[in-house]
Amino acid sequence: MKTDSPFREIDPQSDHVLVRFEEEDLMLPLGENLAGALLVAGVMPFRHTPVSGAPRGPFCMMGACYDCLVLIDGMTVQACMLQVAEGMKVGMPSADRVHDV
Amino acid sequence: MYNVDLIIIGAGPAGMSAARRAAELGISVLILDEQPVAGGQIYRNVDRASAVRSDILGKEYTHGLALTKGLHHDNITLLKGAVVWQIEEGTRVAFTQNGTGALAVGKRILLATGALERPMPLSGWTLPGVMTAGAAQILLKQSGIACQGAVLVGSGPLLYLIATQMVRAGVPPLALIETQTTRDLLRSMRHLGGALRGWPYLVKGLRMLWELRRAGIPRHVGATGITIEGDQAAQAISFYIGKSAHRIECDTVLLHHGVIPNTQAARSIDIPHLWDAAQNCFVPECDAWGRSAVATVFIAGDGAGIGGAKAAAFAGEIAALEIAHDLEGISRPDRDAAARKLRKHLAIECAARPFIDAAYPPYAGAIAPQDATIICRCEEVTAGDIRRFAGLGCLGPNQAKAFGRSGMGPCQGRYCGLSVSQILATANNISLDDTGYYRIRPPLKPVTMGELAAMAASEINEVKE
Repeated sequence: MKTDSPFREIDPQSDHVLVRFEEEDLMLPLGENLAGALLVAGVMPFRHTPVSGAPRGPFCMMGACYDCLVLIDGMTVQACMLQVAEGMKVGMPSADRVHDV
Repeated sequence: MYNVDLIIIGAGPAGMSAARRAAELGISVLILDEQPVAGGQIYRNVDRASAVRSDILGKEYTHGLALTKGLHHDNITLLKGAVVWQIEEGTRVAFTQNGTGALAVGKRILLATGALERPMPLSGWTLPGVMTAGAAQILLKQSGIACQGAVLVGSGPLLYLIATQMVRAGVPPLALIETQTTRDLLRSMRHLGGALRGWPYLVKGLRMLWELRRAGIPRHVGATGITIEGDQAAQAISFYIGKSAHRIECDTVLLHHGVIPNTQAARSIDIPHLWDAAQNCFVPECDAWGRSAVATVFIAGDGAGIGGAKAAAFAGEIAALEIAHDLEGISRPDRDAAARKLRKHLAIECAARPFIDAAYPPYAGAIAPQDATIICRCEEVTAGDIRRFAGLGCLGPNQAKAFGRSGMGPCQGRYCGLSVSQILATANNISLDDTGYYRIRPPLKPVTMGELAAMAASEINEVKE
């Protein structure tokens, strides 16, 4: 799941806090956009589609495409519309949950 | 519950300038915006951007600071992180903020919902690592995140803008694969005379091309047969220039071939839309003030037809004048005098548009994609599926939903609607206006039972009080 990321922070401004993505502990910048922070941390894909199981990651970054869906507190939510919080637990939505949003 | 004169949906250039002008005329304004900071996509996060980021993004970006500052006015309430999911009776807006549903009532509503990237269905466009060029720019503006070794694909000034910003950020793109042709450029020349009135845009375009040349960024112009390769993620992109085949290995592909009005909110309240052949998209029907067929609802900015950020700001002010006139905040002569000046500026802003639209048309290979290409990203419906539905007698996009679920996933057709309409129109040989578009139903964005329950509780408490 974790890869060498082509995404880099050019002017880091925030303290990094512990966030869990699936089974992995990540240090992500507090208060920054969650999808962006996960990209920098090398997380890819974010989920698999319910139709064919194909891998997906962020596409539009503006809350329109719903490709960056992740699972937080039992809810399927758009990672690009959220900010990193300390202790956040992020998971991949299992295929059969994607339509429950 | 909020009770105001004017509810504005969207705090981009149109919404922000409309809010300020209306507030100055004594109108109480509530602005609802999805993002944590006002600015829209073009001025995203402008209030918080560091000096490093502002240098990379340029003056055009920091120009937005004047607009965000304008929101500090006693008559303006800005609600950030507010996601609108329903508009009713042309006066009521339901939205969610911080996990709670809420209701706002306004005498007038202004939709300033901006633009979306034009869907660019190519083989492989759903692979992780493929994003819109706008997404890369949002990452830069909002999070100071730059992307190394990306390939930019498509056409239009935004592609050049992002490429130059990437150069300045120290992460130059590997290449630009451009889909416009010399023939497009020749065809655009008849608009050049008119475009000279908008000469700063032409100068800016030339300067960007020069900057890319100086940075040594390869430009492959007139590309066809573009395919993104990869199994679990993007690995390479292949294309043709004339008859010669090219292939570039890359893990990030950024797509852009223009933007289109985001019409979801307008369509959800049955505002009629017409096909605009020059801009290759549907636009809502509005009068010169931005008033729609629903008399209490106005539309301004790119959501009413693509004109860009500065044009959007003027259009927002023009709508605000008419709204203030409706609500007796300005006399007719004063409204007309103020509008006259704004319309002059607006005309200059839009002067270069026909030239740009003709020189950088959408990529033909994404308007008529190959059968195997996915059109509906959510439900994974292909172009071939849509054509097959047409063969079975499917005439319009709403029927296509019943045939194969296209447009019924979480994005509600935002990234397939235009493609489905265009494929059906071509397959059935009927006009885009007759083919139409998906009927958009609320909720415009998903809303949970918990958010609705919290909304009900707060409304009941309010009644008790």
